[in-house]
Amino acid sequence: MKIPIHFILNGEEVSVEVEPNELLLNLLREKLGLTGPKYVCGIGECGACTVLLDGEPVLSCLTLAVDVDGHEVTTIEGLAKDNELTAVQKAFIEEAAVQCGYCTPGFIIMIDKLLKENPNPTEEEIREYIRGNLCRCTGYVNIVKAALKAAEELRKNTSLIKIKK
Amino acid sequence: MYYRIPEINYIYAMSLDEALELVEKLDDYRLLAGGTDLIIDMKIGRAKPKNVVDISRISDLKFIKDEGNYVRIGSLVTLQELVESPIIRGKAPVLSMAANEMASWQIRNMATVGGNLCNASPAADSAPPLMVLNAKLVLASKKGEREIPITQFFKGPRKTELRKDELLKEIVIPYEEGSGQYYIKLGRRNAFTLSVVSVAALVKVDDNRFSDVRIALNSVAPTPVRSRSVEGALKNKEVTYEAIKKASKEVLKDISPISDVRASAEYRREMSVALTKDALIGALKQLGIEVRGE
Repeated sequence: MKIPIHFILNGEEVSVEVEPNELLLNLLREKLGLTGPKYVCGIGECGACTVLLDGEPVLSCLTLAVDVDGHEVTTIEGLAKDNELTAVQKAFIEEAAVQCGYCTPGFIIMIDKLLKENPNPTEEEIREYIRGNLCRCTGYVNIVKAALKAAEELRKNTSLIKIKK
Repeated sequence: MYYRIPEINYIYAMSLDEALELVEKLDDYRLLAGGTDLIIDMKIGRAKPKNVVDISRISDLKFIKDEGNYVRIGSLVTLQELVESPIIRGKAPVLSMAANEMASWQIRNMATVGGNLCNASPAADSAPPLMVLNAKLVLASKKGEREIPITQFFKGPRKTELRKDELLKEIVIPYEEGSGQYYIKLGRRNAFTLSVVSVAALVKVDDNRFSDVRIALNSVAPTPVRSRSVEGALKNKEVTYEAIKKASKEVLKDISPISDVRASAEYRREMSVALTKDALIGALKQLGIEVRGE
């Protein structure tokens, strides 16, 4: 049984037919060619498959594809705009917060979202919010550093905009 | 290995009525709400339902209402919505504290409070707070609705009072004005982990005596449990450290922990006593009462 669904993916409308037992992760990686969301544990413990559903972080390995019908999905591929990396992406590069890279898309999505909600998080708050993301290279120190750096950059930029106004 | 789920007969309901009609008609089915338990269970083969009834789109079951003396929570409210709700924080703080420690941000955005209860894990973290709040559950079927105390809901690991044709519609929490509430969770690590034991406490104090004491624990019995023995031992007693310490040992009469991958039965017994004491002291502190000892 094929079910037609329509949703917004990274800002663009998508119409596609899915199987009832197809997961959002299966759909993104196989039919839509977005391999940013990773398959790792498959049981909701590692966070590597994290995407935004209507702006909120969820796990695409536990979400049925049919259930995104009519909603908006953002993957790591949809964060950068106009060939310009986001502050979080730049900070990950500068702080060498990437080792094998498998967990990176999940972490970047989470930290990007965290900084939108809380532009000035403490280290403790950052660790609290990324507790559902595992890095098995255990590069947490640099990941947290990158989050703090991105937060600082973003605050600088917003204060510049305020001064200009 | 867990990349896909097996083929399913998928049906979705857009309203409570539609869902009730489906569950009356179907034999072999499971309800899909947030999916964070069911999808995993289907992947690992613990659940093999012929039919999956997706109720996640039923907007009638997504509400948190403050009705003065009661707070009503629709069964499809997510754990993150509980965390962020000023109503819950103000009128049922022990539930807010528990939800905040549950799972991860991503899972809290998906998992529903109804799913946490209906899955009936002995380690369900939303159960102890709702038990000390004397919450009632509204179970709905085509035949009508019935309201039962949450303490009568759990029948064993993954077994509930729900009949095949029923589903959990809402949770009704009486507002306990003037109560101190506290929650402590002990896991194998600090966050995003199943409970080794968690304890919820609610106390009321009148003239330096306990006028109401409620304790509930999870992961130390086949179902989440109230500790009537501790409650009875403290009722009308003067608020002292010694009284609390002595009464906390009574928790052993109400629990029957097992040894598993997370902890031994012996450790769970020790920690149940220690955390019952700490949760009582924490609840008193919420009332501005400092109890110290040792």
